Amino acid sequence: MSYEIVARPHQQNFIDWAKDKPEVLVLSADLTNSCEVGKWRDTYPDRFFSMGMAEQNMMGMAAGLAREGFEPWLHTFSVFLYRRPLDQLQMSIAYPALKVRLVGFLPGIMTPGGVTHQAIEDIAILRAIPNMTIFEVGDATEAQSVLDVAHDVQGPVYIRMLRGEVSRIFPVTEPFVFNRARILSTGTDITLITSGIATEEALRAVPLLQARGVSVTHLHVSTLKPFTDPQVVAALKSAKSGVITMENHSIIGGLGSAVAEVMAENGISAPLQRIGLKDTYAHGASQKFLMAEYELDAAALVKRVEVAVGRKLDIDESELQEQRSINVHSSAKVEAL
Amino acid sequence: MSENGLEVVSEIEKVAHGIRRRVLQHTISNNGGYMSQACSAAELLSSLYVGILKFSALGQPIDPPAFIGVPAVGPHTYQTGAQFHGEKRADLDRLISSPAHYALVIYAALIETGRLREDGLEHFNRDGSTVEMIGAEHSPGFETTTGSLAQALSQASGIALARKIRGESGRTWVFMSDGEFQEGQTYEALQAARFHGLTNLRVIVDVNKAQCDGPMDTVMTIEPLADRIKAFGWEVSVIDGHDIDGILAASEKTTDAPHMILCYTDPVRGLPILANRAPVLHYLRFTSADERAQYEQAYQEMTK
Repeated sequence: MSYEIVARPHQQNFIDWAKDKPEVLVLSADLTNSCEVGKWRDTYPDRFFSMGMAEQNMMGMAAGLAREGFEPWLHTFSVFLYRRPLDQLQMSIAYPALKVRLVGFLPGIMTPGGVTHQAIEDIAILRAIPNMTIFEVGDATEAQSVLDVAHDVQGPVYIRMLRGEVSRIFPVTEPFVFNRARILSTGTDITLITSGIATEEALRAVPLLQARGVSVTHLHVSTLKPFTDPQVVAALKSAKSGVITMENHSIIGGLGSAVAEVMAENGISAPLQRIGLKDTYAHGASQKFLMAEYELDAAALVKRVEVAVGRKLDIDESELQEQRSINVHSSAKVEAL
Repeated sequence: MSENGLEVVSEIEKVAHGIRRRVLQHTISNNGGYMSQACSAAELLSSLYVGILKFSALGQPIDPPAFIGVPAVGPHTYQTGAQFHGEKRADLDRLISSPAHYALVIYAALIETGRLREDGLEHFNRDGSTVEMIGAEHSPGFETTTGSLAQALSQASGIALARKIRGESGRTWVFMSDGEFQEGQTYEALQAARFHGLTNLRVIVDVNKAQCDGPMDTVMTIEPLADRIKAFGWEVSVIDGHDIDGILAASEKTTDAPHMILCYTDPVRGLPILANRAPVLHYLRFTSADERAQYEQAYQEMTK
């Protein structure tokens, strides 16, 4: 399997998209080029506001602008949008349900910047905040089509965004749809629900699993809050041997927890295995290295499926490597911290 | 000052006196209240509401609405307490009050200036009322939620920036308390307002030198406050916060930078017996029948 690689999917797309939307502003906290909005700034200098390394004030100013009818799109790394300025995010933006868009780059372990740069519990924290909507994009098509979806939400939105060299997994003709999962395969043994970069990783293993006689229903989820898609409930009900979630996030409070809540609320009885960071911080290293170290990769998924179906599947690492469409340790992935 | 100067000053004095008297009355009948804030900020708030802010007049004082719910995701129709400030218009001023703990004092100022109904304080801190103890954006006179202190200056800066983009002539005023200069966000806001040239942003501060734990210089000093703010490129006026002429004059200053008026105030002004509670003045709750009687006596003198 190989995908088209899109270089900087957000950069020009966001410029074109914002052209006829004068209310759309960008606020940036000293990571402008790192968040692919340097060219946006040069194109629309009157709509770009540099806030410096001062995220608490950035939240408040975004709130004031939104109250006056502007739509600020804050661009910085995920981790800087919710850790330090959490009270400001809650009291200035979330409580009044203002149309502020928080575009967070390098979610989870996608950065070699280490613990200070790794947003591993952002979904858990933001899911608990009333009025928030949470999206996570899984490919270039979603990185580009999430703009329309976010624009339509009449309240604050947090987006786990992708940058740099990004695979196009989903056709351009199938854009991001609010609160609707993508059904990537159907089967009756395992229900696999993935989000963000975990989807591309899981897609490396799924064909091999199917070749070994394990039928898999695979859903890609890109709306994490609300989490009320009836397709998810139906898929969970169909799992004979178990449910597996896979996410670039802590296993506490993110996709895995959201699935567990839905299963409990709907009386769905099946073993649930959550792939994600097992209640641990990570450290600075390449994405590929960290995904292997913390068992977030395709090999980890195979092991979980073996547990669920109760047999060895004899899939070795070289087979999984052959499924790898891009080298996630390429130079483009570690540029411009 | 205009030719009506004397008349305006005398009205401001009257309103300031009314704020102290009304807050004292409320504190006595409720056995508690933010009394020192009324003593320190009475002239500052009455000058704002009577002499400084360009607000549209209300036909008649507004009855505080019942609490109907928190803001929700949807078309932005939520009614804030800004309705007590009149119409939202390009040429008119806005006031964002930062220390939400001054709510009782702000409600009193609204009553004294005919914007909130006389019996509005009967709803104070009552279940289901918008006249909350610590104001939120549904409370009379508030349009943002600022009870977690030091967030209003950033919010108001966003409003001022939006108004600057649209070329509006109205100013955006922020009322702050000195304790908020202990929070880091305040300094982030100072640097950003200067950097973005928000000359339409005006800040007035009640520097009463008192906070919850006691005198600020024993909790965490903020001095030299004027020097700090000037260092961020702001224009600063330092005045006696009970000198109405001084407050009005400072408010009329035109500057090339955001402007801050530091009103140094006395937290027991107009109610000398409050000094007996020193050093902790943040909240007054009577400890004995005798003390309560003393305040009732002070109230009687105030109403003469």
